[in-house]
Order: sequence, then C-alpha cells, then structure tokens
Amino acid sequence: MVAQRRENQHYRRRNMRPNRPRRLKWGRVMLYVFVTALAAFMAMPLIYLISSAFKPIEELFVFPPRFFVRHPTTRNFVELLLAVSGSSVPFSRFAFNSIFVSSVTVLGSVILSSMAAYPLAKHRFPGKDLIFLGIVSALMFAPEVTQIPRYLVVNRLGLIDTYGALIIPNLAGALGLFLTKQFLEQIPGVLLEAARVDGASEWTIFTRVIMPIIKPACATVAMLVFVAAWNDTFSPLVFTRSEAMKTLPLAVQTIAGGPGVVARTGAVMAATFVLTMPTIIVFLLLQRLVLETMVHSGIKA
Amino acid sequence: MKGVTWGEQVKWADRVGRSRRRAAGWLARLWQEMKKHRVSYYFMAPYLVLFFVFTVIPVITAIYLSFTYFNVLEPPRWIGWSNYRLLFLEDDVFLIALKNTLVFAVIAGPIGYIASFMLAWLINQLRFRAAYTLAFYVPSITSGIAMAVVWMYFFSSDRLGLINYVLINLGIINEPVLWLHDKDTILPVIIIVSLWMSMGAGFLAFVAGLKNVPEELYEAGRVDGIRNKLEEMWLITVPLMKPQLLFGAVMAVVSSFQVFGVAMQLAGFPSPLYAGHTILTHLHDYAFIRYEMGYASAISVVLFAITFGLSRIFMRIFSTHGDY
Repeated sequence: MVAQRRENQHYRRRNMRPNRPRRLKWGRVMLYVFVTALAAFMAMPLIYLISSAFKPIEELFVFPPRFFVRHPTTRNFVELLLAVSGSSVPFSRFAFNSIFVSSVTVLGSVILSSMAAYPLAKHRFPGKDLIFLGIVSALMFAPEVTQIPRYLVVNRLGLIDTYGALIIPNLAGALGLFLTKQFLEQIPGVLLEAARVDGASEWTIFTRVIMPIIKPACATVAMLVFVAAWNDTFSPLVFTRSEAMKTLPLAVQTIAGGPGVVARTGAVMAATFVLTMPTIIVFLLLQRLVLETMVHSGIKA
Repeated sequence: MKGVTWGEQVKWADRVGRSRRRAAGWLARLWQEMKKHRVSYYFMAPYLVLFFVFTVIPVITAIYLSFTYFNVLEPPRWIGWSNYRLLFLEDDVFLIALKNTLVFAVIAGPIGYIASFMLAWLINQLRFRAAYTLAFYVPSITSGIAMAVVWMYFFSSDRLGLINYVLINLGIINEPVLWLHDKDTILPVIIIVSLWMSMGAGFLAFVAGLKNVPEELYEAGRVDGIRNKLEEMWLITVPLMKPQLLFGAVMAVVSSFQVFGVAMQLAGFPSPLYAGHTILTHLHDYAFIRYEMGYASAISVVLFAITFGLSRIFMRIFSTHGDY
C-alpha cells in the first residue's frame, strides 16, 4: 500500500509540468466522447429493433421513417402468438424447442468440458500434449468444414429430425474445453495435493475442489455455448425435416418470409426481439465471470 | 547379405532384436503408464468420444470424400483430383465465391481484429469499462437472422430505407441506392454488417488481458523514457499480450471465412450475379441442395486449408518462444 502510494506520488511529480494536467484532461474528455459516440452508433440497430418491436402498425410504415417508438404497444407480441398459431405449428413450440435445445446443450457442454479440462490441466499422462494439440487445432478452422461428415454421422445414427441431432454434435466444442483448461491451469496445485493427502478420490476432488474453483470458466462456457446454440441455424436447417422440430431462428425466417416480404411486419419485429434478447441478458448476467476467464484465454505458441 | 561378414550379420540381428525389444518395452511401459493414469482417461472419455465422432473423424472423412464422387445414395467412388480440378479450372461460380470470400476476409478480418484491439485498449483507460465492453460485445452475440430484419430496413432500396432516407436528406445522393440488389454494393454491405458483429471472443480476451497488465510495468516504462501512450502500447502492452493476440487472431481468421448466414440473409440465395456468394454458400449449395457431397467436401477442404494455414502463420508471428 505504502509503496504503491509512493509510486503514485512519483508519477504525479513527473507530470507536474505546467500545462500537462490540463491537456491530459481534455484528451480524456475527447476520448470519452469518442468512445461513447461509437458505442451509441453501434447500438443503433439494436435500439431500432427494441423500439420497433413495440411500435403499433401505423408507426412501422410511416414516411418519413421514424426511429423511435411514439406510442409503445405490446400488440405485436400478441399478433406473433396469434398469427403463427394459425399455421400447423404454434410459435410457442419453436420457443420451447429453442429453450430446450439450448439448455441441454449448455448443461452437457459445461459438464463435459469441465470433466475433460481437469486431467488436461492437472494430471500428467501419456497423450496429453497430443490431445491438447488436437483441441487447439480444432479452434483454427470453421466447424462448417466438417458439416458433410457430421451430417453423414447424424444420419447414420438415425438422429435426423430429433432433438439429439440438434444437441449431441454441439456438445464437444473446442473453445469451451480450451478456455476451461487454460483457466484451471493457473490454479496452484497445492489444494489438490492437500485433498489427495486427505485420501480424497479423484472424483471427490473434481466435484468438491475443482468445480467450485472453475465456476467462472463454467459460466463462460455456458455463455458461449448458449449463444452458439440459440443462434444456430445450421443444425435445424440440415438435421431436421419437420416444422415441429425447428428452432426460433428458422421460425423467424419463416415468419419474415424471406427478403422483401412486408406482411406481418409487426409480428416479425416481435419475433426478432424474442430471438435477440436472451443472449444479451445471459451475457449481462455472466459478464464479470466471463472476463475473469478470458484473462487466461491466450494461446502460448 | 553378400559381402557382409558373419560377425556383422550377428551384430545386425542383435541390434534389430534389441531395438524391437526396446520398442516392445516402450509399448509395454506406455501401456503401464496409461493404466496407471486410467482415471484421467475416464474423465476425458465422454468429451473425447464426441470430439472424435464430430470433429476429428469428420475432418479426415471430408479429406477422403473430396477425392470421390459421392451422392449419398451410392457408395463414394474414388476419382482422384478431379473435384479439385473442376473446382479451380471450370467452376466459375466457385471462383467468384472464393474471390468474394477473400475480399471479405482481407478487408473485414484485419479491420475487425485491429478495431477490437484498439477499442479494448481505449476502454481499458476509461471508467465504466463494463458498460463499454457490453456495448461493443453485444452485437457479436445477436442472431444474424434476427438482425437481418433490421438491416433490411436500414439498407432498404427505396426511400423508406433509413440509410437512403438520411443520405437523400443530406443531399449526398439523389436517387435511392439499391444496396442489396446492386452487385457493387452487396459485398460492402455484408462487410459493414459483419464488422458490426466482429467484436467477439477476441475482443473479450483483449479487454480481460489488458486489464491484467501490471501497472508497475507502465511506471517502469515511463522511467525508462517511454514518451507517449502509443509507444507504451507497442513496447509494453503488445509483447505481453501476445498469447491473447494470437487467440484473437485465430478467432478473427476463422470468423472472417465463416461469412454465410449474413450473406445469405441479406443478399438472398443465389444473390444477384453471385455478388454475395461465399465459399460457405457454395458449399451449402452443393452439399445440401444438390447432394454432391464429394464435390462439396473438396470445397470444405479448401476452406479448411485456408483457415488452418492462416492460423498457423499467426502462431509463428505471435510465437512466445524465447521471449521470457
């Protein structure tokens, strides 16, 4: 503490030249203005989306176009539930599919990657380096590369048009294991040694010592996997046949009816709102833990 | 064995025998080691099985299939390099897709990457870091399909479109621009939308990494005569951040060649004069519309080679060997 204060004094003294503090302050203000303006600019599409979801139908089609909503209403959401319930599959089914598939994928991924990360970070065994090399290599290409054999495997396993097809292929992602392993690696081994001396089994160590420690990493995996699963268009597009198995992204696409269709604009806006908000909320809730994990995300080559 | 003396033969036989024995001994010892550490494997087994089935084996299978003719109904038939020959010599649409993807990657990749780092660096010097991080990161986790609805309105081709409306009112243009129908503006629009979404995991890694650079190092740098913030960034921050920078680079490479959903949503499929056609669009077309899996596999192998190769290059650039 004292040392730090002294450092700061030293720093202040060095900057005590006559016009320095003033100029520095102006720079700061400009920096705030610039970054805030940029953030606001980037937020525009989202603000428009949120605002439009609550626009009554007249406001959606006014000229000149209006950015913000004047008389907010929840009619669009009602229309969304009604309009689509006329077709064979109600909107609630798509929502259920999305929620179910995403939650199971998140749960499975967190468990699998935590379990795999433990020995990879804390044990020494033959093949360890090779396995880690495989994981890092898998980070280096788009998963789309493997989509054809994936399709063949899913097809062969008879999973087409089931929830399994939407979940199982996405459980063993490389990024999740990588981040968990990196996070766990920097935890000192003393705790584990202590537990081992006490005669704890590896499984006990995993559930009692490791799991509480890697909570931030688990939160990160959960967030990343949730975002990927929630926004996934590839799996439902290729692995499912029937309408009843589709998830929200495809449902929104169907409601929107492709480029250039203006019908049901209100319902579409409500649907995109429903599709967009969950990922943002999940990140908002987990942000602190995610950043804690990301400190250790570096690849040492 | 002519011209070799008996003694030498014996020595050889002995040596071969010994190395065989040594190999057998090594295997036996490996097996012993593996048995000793079997708990480690138990922990990894569920993940590894799925990782093998859905990542490792598919990569190998894709490479194999790329040398075959395969339409799912009949077993694959080996046809050597002809998929690749067709791809690069005769498939004009693929060449357009390749060109579009490369143009996209060369522009969007570096801009997105550098912007991620610069923004993270700026944010790091401000208060309300969490709020700024949230604002810049959130676009990358929005659904491409959902946002397409918004972009459609922003880039709408009539006067109702927000951007046309603003530009006309400002007097920059007289006639509305056909953003999503003109082959010259489709790709730029896709690039802009992708840049909007480009502050992803790499950006988070930068924000987190920057926060963790110890303040004393900057102090020491000032004492050692570092004059301004930029010099400080280049001489202190960047070297320390190499592992994060590599992680971000790998993420950027992969995502800049992943452009697919946004392109298909905004430009339609097939897009006017294939102006929004990318490698992945082409892959999707051949794989899941025409069911020419062999040919489509060749496309995916090309994509694999590009992204993997580029990532390896970045590993060289950001190597931390001999740094510490």
